[in-house]
Amino acid sequence: MPMHIGEKDFKKRVTKGIQDDFMRGAVRSAQERLQNRRAAAAEELGDWEEWRTLGQQIRSHTVEHLDYYLHQLSEKVAELGGHVFFAETGEEANEYIKQVVQEKNAKKIAKSKSMVTEEISMNEALEGIGCEVIETDLGEYILQIDDHDPPSHIVAPALHKNKEQIRDVFKERLDYLKTEKPEELALFAREKLREEFLTADIGITGCNFAVAESGSFALVTNEGNARMVTALPKTQITVMGMERIVPGWEELDIVVSLLTRAAVGQKLTSYITALTGPKQIDEADGPEEFHLVIVDNGRSKILGTEFQEALHCIRCAACINVCPVYRHVGGHAYGSIYPGPIGAVLSPLLSDYDEYKELPYASSLCGACTEVCPVKIPLHEQLIMHRRKIVEDEKKSTLAERIAMRGFEQIVHSANLYRTATRMAPFLTTPFAKNNVITKGPGPIRNWTDTRDLPRPTKERFRDWFKNREKQGGAV
Amino acid sequence: MKGKIINRERFLTNVSSKIGGLTPEKSIEKPEWTVNPQHNVLKDFTQDQLVDVLKEQCQHIHTDFFQTTSDRLKDTLNDVLAQYATKSFIYSADERFQTYHLDDFFQSSVNEKRAIMEWDPEDRETSVSFAEKADAGITFSDMTLAESGTIVLFNGKGQGRSVSLLPRDYIAIVPKSTIVPRMTQATQYIHELVKTGKNIASCVNFITGPSNSADIEMNLVVGVHGPIQAAYIIVEDK
Repeated sequence: MPMHIGEKDFKKRVTKGIQDDFMRGAVRSAQERLQNRRAAAAEELGDWEEWRTLGQQIRSHTVEHLDYYLHQLSEKVAELGGHVFFAETGEEANEYIKQVVQEKNAKKIAKSKSMVTEEISMNEALEGIGCEVIETDLGEYILQIDDHDPPSHIVAPALHKNKEQIRDVFKERLDYLKTEKPEELALFAREKLREEFLTADIGITGCNFAVAESGSFALVTNEGNARMVTALPKTQITVMGMERIVPGWEELDIVVSLLTRAAVGQKLTSYITALTGPKQIDEADGPEEFHLVIVDNGRSKILGTEFQEALHCIRCAACINVCPVYRHVGGHAYGSIYPGPIGAVLSPLLSDYDEYKELPYASSLCGACTEVCPVKIPLHEQLIMHRRKIVEDEKKSTLAERIAMRGFEQIVHSANLYRTATRMAPFLTTPFAKNNVITKGPGPIRNWTDTRDLPRPTKERFRDWFKNREKQGGAV
Repeated sequence: MKGKIINRERFLTNVSSKIGGLTPEKSIEKPEWTVNPQHNVLKDFTQDQLVDVLKEQCQHIHTDFFQTTSDRLKDTLNDVLAQYATKSFIYSADERFQTYHLDDFFQSSVNEKRAIMEWDPEDRETSVSFAEKADAGITFSDMTLAESGTIVLFNGKGQGRSVSLLPRDYIAIVPKSTIVPRMTQATQYIHELVKTGKNIASCVNFITGPSNSADIEMNLVVGVHGPIQAAYIIVEDK
């Protein structure tokens, strides 16, 4: 799946989301559970703010010296006998992965969850050369079975589906016969996928964090599928976004501790699996051959700009879980595999404003995202910076908006014009007002009145009120 | 044999040019972080206090907790195996099974009806297929994290990755001395190995209870691809 998902038009995607009551119910309850768990885990630590500060310092330092740490990582991996491929684009990454797959004459590929492979459409590339790619994370598996339904959340990809819908998908596609109980659905997936793990030719994983000092990388999971994928197939390929790295093991401790708490409120997830190179000669299980693919795909464009902090993201989705806009429109409305506040910051950067100029506006700027971010990315401030760039540098606002804004600018620049305009406002809006509210506004006001009433401007303006007050000797 | 590194120069030159043009080979000193809250967690706790924390945490991670002496270990293990209706199990090739006389227990009459295998690093096929069908996998813990209730395994030679992964149940034997406050002590230990040029395990597993998933409506399901049940047996050191 490429980064862009669904309908091209933003408004159509939003409307579709708002009308989907199933999805909105599922998102509401998921958000509540995840928010509470995160808050409880942060509270329990007692000094969560210090942890965040440390996380921020580690991420800033690493990204500021990314060239050094990537160099060190690749040296270490190669010393251990692993191969490292640096890919500037998604296509380059896919070409290399295809080449490895073809050299191994591999047909079946078991994959654990990875956002970067979604971003570069790796599955499609491998399917294109006749491979079967099996998603083994439960959420991703459900989506794959359901005609490649796109993910709507970066941690819980099938969050938009309820259990009855999942039961129906399994029933229709896999002749599932049991109920919608999550336990039964999960057990069914366990049985189905067990055989696939044992017979896969190649395992492909993402990477939560690479560790530069030892050439290691860590996978943070709960289900055990990533362990299967890295223990059983003879060849392993790991794909990482180039910023997903920390200097050493001591820093790994901190970012993992932040990630598991911020994402799901766990002290640690069931499995943190830290892998270093291919298996050693005296070991029975583990991959004989290991390839690490480091992907840029637009990330270096962000380095050295005012958006560099977006690369500090550790993909916990805490910002998504508190976002009131995400709550109403759901993940698919963002049109990107990266939804929510971080998606609204990142998607226009990894792609461009032509595709994602609406996303920075899909925010109330309430700042809840910034407050929960475990590495203190100023998310809502970055959204404002996007808006400024879109309007001032890129001139991508609509013509009507530009004309309206120019008009507004002229009026507020002149005291006389301002006085006249504010005096005229009540009369101009009279035809549209009923009981002192406007329910169906003209032109630019319509976007507002479509969803709520607009109070009609009153005849007494602030300046009138102030003057009267002074006349009456300051009494109200 | 050293692996290949492809396209590095072009890629890193571009990255360097965006962040101040450092040469990537130039050594970077990690700064002193202004705060280090990780060292305050369970600071100065005694070994017994850490056991209490671990016990409490086991309730949150759906893990059965047992505590025993080294003399009674075989009885406790047998109780757990009986409770889990274990008909077959695989255990890692770890000399601690001899130290704690569990090898004798495995050969004793109570185990006559159980199919038992020791992980054989020389024979991948037999080991993996036995583990895949076994009811339980048993390992000793290499390091144990009290805060999160985590067993750390330095997987290698005898400590096969599959033993704690493929069987239906996972049983970890935890010598009390392996318990440390949290992940910080484990990662520090590994960092010291790296710093002094020693090899580290090709797979370090931090295992916290049985496998689970919340992918369906955020409802926690215990037991997905990895083990469905987990038990920790804390034992006084031999």
